[in-house]
Amino acid sequence: MAQLTYRNAVSLSIAQCMRKDDKVLFLGEDIGQAGGVFKTTVGLLEEFGPVRVKDTPISEQAILGAAMGASMVGLKPIAEIMFSDFLAVCWDIVANEIAKTRYMSDGQITLPLVIRTANGAGSKFGAQHSQSLENWSMAVPGLKVVAPSNPSDVIGLMTAAVADPDPVIFYEHKSLYPMKEEIENTDLFINLGEANTMLQGNDACIISLGLMAQRSKEAALILKEKHNIAVSVIDLRTLVPLDLQTITREVKKSGLVFTVEENPRLCGWGAEISSIIVEKFFHNLKGPITRITTPHIPLPSADILEDNTIPTVQRIVDTILHTIKKG
Amino acid sequence: MQKINDDIGESIRLKLWDQLLTLRLVEKKAYDLFLENLIKGTSHLALGQEAIGSAFGVVLEKKDYTFCTYRGHAHTLSRGASIEGVLGELMGRECGLMSGKGGSMHLTDVKNGVMGSYAIVGAHLPIANGTAWASQYNNTGAVTTCFFGDGTTNIGAFHEALNLAQIWKLPIVFVCENNLYMEYTPIGDVTAVEHPAADRASSYNMEKIIVDGNDPDEMYRVAKRTVEKARRGEGPSLIEAKTYRHSGHSRADPAKYRPKEEAEDWIKNKDPIKIYRQRMLDFGINESIITSMENDMKEKIEQATKVCKKSSIPSLDLIHKDVWANGGSEWHN
Repeated sequence: MAQLTYRNAVSLSIAQCMRKDDKVLFLGEDIGQAGGVFKTTVGLLEEFGPVRVKDTPISEQAILGAAMGASMVGLKPIAEIMFSDFLAVCWDIVANEIAKTRYMSDGQITLPLVIRTANGAGSKFGAQHSQSLENWSMAVPGLKVVAPSNPSDVIGLMTAAVADPDPVIFYEHKSLYPMKEEIENTDLFINLGEANTMLQGNDACIISLGLMAQRSKEAALILKEKHNIAVSVIDLRTLVPLDLQTITREVKKSGLVFTVEENPRLCGWGAEISSIIVEKFFHNLKGPITRITTPHIPLPSADILEDNTIPTVQRIVDTILHTIKKG
Repeated sequence: MQKINDDIGESIRLKLWDQLLTLRLVEKKAYDLFLENLIKGTSHLALGQEAIGSAFGVVLEKKDYTFCTYRGHAHTLSRGASIEGVLGELMGRECGLMSGKGGSMHLTDVKNGVMGSYAIVGAHLPIANGTAWASQYNNTGAVTTCFFGDGTTNIGAFHEALNLAQIWKLPIVFVCENNLYMEYTPIGDVTAVEHPAADRASSYNMEKIIVDGNDPDEMYRVAKRTVEKARRGEGPSLIEAKTYRHSGHSRADPAKYRPKEEAEDWIKNKDPIKIYRQRMLDFGINESIITSMENDMKEKIEQATKVCKKSSIPSLDLIHKDVWANGGSEWHN
């Protein structure tokens, strides 16, 4: 049994995909010789060589353009955008080109590519290197959106993302890179659109993903242990496609729903999910849906400021307790 | 005129003529169909700029890739796309290349190597690198060509793409069609160098190539040379072809910002179709061949137009088709 970090799960999953299929290529800034700024790609250049593992200049449009063009003619590129914040400099390629070209071409063009990127706060990097941006890509038709919360999910979802014939944005959480897990068999595949119910409970239901799924799970364990409140925790794993079946099952079970989101408040993915739940299951609800999010502000940098900005385990516990007591 | 030292020859000249006629006469038809209100939306005609696409159309092989801009009807046709496919798409009919889902600015015809027309200035240069990269990786010998306007030379994607193409030695030819105006503004007023593409070539360790983009022979020579270079694996080229559009930037633009004398000079004295008709006569090509090709083309376009007018409007189920590779648009289970 091997203990694997989330960080190592990234390079392992890419390596597994590249071994299986020589159409899989990998490109990005500092990914080859340097092994990635987060050391998520160590060993790939050594194993696969510079023809398949390409260090690029700091040219995000060139990186994603190359990935898109190569995928149009049958290759399966994985492109790294170092920080998800940098998606803003190549958002035209993502939102106007990659997302729309299949549709506009009436299905003549297929784009089997993966864009992987380091997302989220926790490193005190300030407002331009810490954002949680998965909801940006959720808002654009034509993109699949993945955000794993643990090492085995990194492997299973990366394998599925590379095998998928559509463009996938793969949001890795920076704060989860050191997370460890015992993984017996690394030959994993998780269907995109298959959420993971991390904990089962009948009193309330949390819908979350990425780092927030881990914090929600921790909060649910505290609620169970100290307050005898049993909370279901759904780790969505993917926003597009969205596992509405799992959401439906858990919402109907407790009728009390919380979303835990790292994105700023307005138009976070939880707003869309709340709207779907209200539209479809209004009569199953015991009270309003509560969204626990980052406030609608850019992220501050200092320890104490950042720590008090994104949802914490304590805030999740307190919000759920408060809501249940109020009810 | 003597035929000695004719490096091009009659058979290539007739191919160029066929290209020029297609590109010119289909664009004219598109203009007429606008006036009949059978084409909606916007459209950017390449009238006057036909020599550039024509030359590459003759030089490129079936396996090669072409990337166009929103002014892309001509380049799409130059690769052999059907006339009814192009006009049908402009008219929003089922017979259109993309069944009416893309429209004038997004013509795509993958089976003929047309990998799309891109309506965000500069976006397609980095993407074109991608097919070139794939050809290099798979060692197919295919060359990618990427056409764009002078305005593109001032956007970041142009510079990112040229740099990457050169450091990776990609089999690609970038072709700047400098028609002197960036939309409504003279390109010289907003550019730090005289030749917006060619003067930047040295920054990317590329040859400075400026060519008369209205002379089909000159265009043919430079297209052949740069495509062959790319095919030999000797890396990318950047061409700046000087040209002029006969009409405005788009359907909405009467082009009043251009001096009358300037426009008249280009249209009367530097029109590629006029230049080439005379050139062919000078090289001894029988006028009856030239004229009968022209008449045949007009007839072909009339026939294609009839097909388009008879073609159904797209079925509404197309709205939800082909967001994903499974053919659908579902975003949840």
